Amino acid sequence: MQKTVKQKMMALAGDQAVAYAVKQSDVDVVAAYPITPQTIIVEKFSEYVANGEVETEFVCVESEHSAMTASLAASVTGARTFTATASAGLALMHEMLFVTSGCRAPVVMAIANRALSAPLNIHGDHSDSMAQRDSGWIQLYAENAQEAYDSIIQAFRIGENLNVLLPVMVGLDGFTLSHTLENVEVLPDETVKEFVGVRKFPDVLTHNGKTAPFRLDPANPMTMGPIALQNYYFEFKRQQEEAMEHAVNVIQQVNSEYAKISGRSYGNGLIENYRLEDAEVAAVCLGSTAGTMKTVVDGLRQNGVKAGLLRLRTFRPLPVEEIRSAVANVKALAVMDKCISFGGNGGPVFNAFRHLLYEEANHPHIVNYIYGLGGRDTSPSDLRSIYETLQELLQTGHVEKPIRYLGLRS
Amino acid sequence: MTTQEWKFTAKEIAEKPDLFLAGHRACAGCGPATVLRLIMKATRGPTIVTEATGCMEVVSSIYPYTSWAVPWLHTAFETAASNASGIEAALKIMRKKRRISQEHVDVIAFAGDGGTFDIGFQALSGAVERGHDFLFVLYDNEAYMNTGIQRSGGTPHGAATTTSPAGTVIPGKLEYKKPIADIMVAHGMPYVATASPYYWKDLMTKARKGLEVEGPAFLHVFAPCPRGWRSNPTKSIEYSKLAVESCIFPVWESVNGHCKLSTPSRLVALAPQKKKPVADYLKGQGRFRHLFKPKSKQLLEEIQHITDERWKCLLKKCGESKTSV
Repeated sequence: MQKTVKQKMMALAGDQAVAYAVKQSDVDVVAAYPITPQTIIVEKFSEYVANGEVETEFVCVESEHSAMTASLAASVTGARTFTATASAGLALMHEMLFVTSGCRAPVVMAIANRALSAPLNIHGDHSDSMAQRDSGWIQLYAENAQEAYDSIIQAFRIGENLNVLLPVMVGLDGFTLSHTLENVEVLPDETVKEFVGVRKFPDVLTHNGKTAPFRLDPANPMTMGPIALQNYYFEFKRQQEEAMEHAVNVIQQVNSEYAKISGRSYGNGLIENYRLEDAEVAAVCLGSTAGTMKTVVDGLRQNGVKAGLLRLRTFRPLPVEEIRSAVANVKALAVMDKCISFGGNGGPVFNAFRHLLYEEANHPHIVNYIYGLGGRDTSPSDLRSIYETLQELLQTGHVEKPIRYLGLRS
Repeated sequence: MTTQEWKFTAKEIAEKPDLFLAGHRACAGCGPATVLRLIMKATRGPTIVTEATGCMEVVSSIYPYTSWAVPWLHTAFETAASNASGIEAALKIMRKKRRISQEHVDVIAFAGDGGTFDIGFQALSGAVERGHDFLFVLYDNEAYMNTGIQRSGGTPHGAATTTSPAGTVIPGKLEYKKPIADIMVAHGMPYVATASPYYWKDLMTKARKGLEVEGPAFLHVFAPCPRGWRSNPTKSIEYSKLAVESCIFPVWESVNGHCKLSTPSRLVALAPQKKKPVADYLKGQGRFRHLFKPKSKQLLEEIQHITDERWKCLLKKCGESKTSV
């Protein structure tokens, strides 16, 4: 195995870790607008620009809508492009998220996950990015600041992969990760620069019959973002779905390649299984909750409970086969959603899990826990209670209330 | 090649290859299509074009066909200026990093009145405030024509549209046209101009000036729409002359805030007796038909009055107030 490079330990909050990763990733254009709890990312990056530490064109736009549009336009012009937002900002980008993925522009975006109004709330939950589930973006969720740093670097490699060419959002829990100082190991600048490389473009057929790199270039005129009607639109959309399918492999490759230089990997890049091999009762969660959950699982294991955890790192593309085999022996599964899907009979992660397990002959009992909305604290004892419920469920053999609320005032 | 060197003679224009190509699906008599073709003839070198959703975007890019011989990007309705911001930023840094070969690439954003006065205004204002080097061209056909003639902030007072119909109680659009070019001048931008395709040389020269100026430039171009105006498709260019002669749409330019009448309007200022009544321009357009009924007499007079007031105001701004009224 290749020897990992010597790394530097820095005390960074999640947002700072993201900004640092962007600084190292040879990003050409950053177009962004401030919103809590993402602000530190743009503030920190502005400092890098002001101090001449980056070769990046920083476009301080007048709205998130323009942040996404300028990012998309810069990306199709050939620039490696980054932006960041949260909550209402992401909601304002909604229209352009689809255009960005539809134009196959591999923009990378950090989301400091935050609740949506109303009522106004600046704290962490996953309502913002879950609402963009079907926008054609790859979605990764980080467990800690270290992973936020690592995932941003990886995201450029994933999105820009010629078999993928999709935008990537990396979620980090608002405040819990964005504003909390952690020890973060950072790679040397040149290592990151080498890892991300210079952006490549696929050769495509131009309308004057030549093949040329897929970008806006006066030497090879190309019409991008055209109108495509009943006769072509559908094929464009199917190609995006194929790109998502390719991303399943690419995310794993990038995860293992990154592990070789850094010594850090996140499961297979798609899911991280924690004490899951022989688990009878298991939970599924995204993001920072997993950190607490791992401690809870350890405690339960000490008491002889066969508890496990599946942390979903990649929500889009949904790693269907990987999840199926990971939970093959689990008897009762609790799926946690830091998001509510009104009238949807359970949260988005729960519904994804229930549907992918439908055809499994011995699928586990499955319950949904909606939790942590608007930054509501989730304690280890709350999390422990989930496993207790799962154990009861194993005794009784049936699920009375499949959709439950954790830590909700009664 | 600078503006001075470029003569824009008919011969030179004819010899220069088109960049907005034939085969697009614009309607007969489409003003915007003529405007785009002329402006693309006025470009000076490598150019990237971006367009807002709208008539010119849908007629020119129906996949797998295109009318664009230059790189072209469309993303959404309200995004012409933010597209230009991103393209310009990318070009700037990629040139610095030697990742593109061109020394300079011009960026033009085209948008209709909806994409400029209304939904695209925030992005436009922001892009101008940030000082991106691009030319924003508003082709103003005075309503949401692509979606079927709905009123916009650019629709003139009294015009009937499908969302401001001339009814028995309400006589068409009650509100006044937003003075968009003045608003852009107020941004303190280096170059703002208005133009009309009848005065093709004036239009092309202004487009070229807008490209040559460093920083943002805004060009407001009058662009008749026979479908939406319920006018004769053979009269579009004639209306673009009458609009200037009646001072409904005067042509002028502002260089670093210094406002100056352009020749076609200056001639009207110098010979006020030649200034045509607005009725000459309005009649024949179906959207104004109701104004010529006896009960609309007052409204017609009001339109004349407002036009005169705005003209006086412009003359003053251009230092021509002593010339005429």
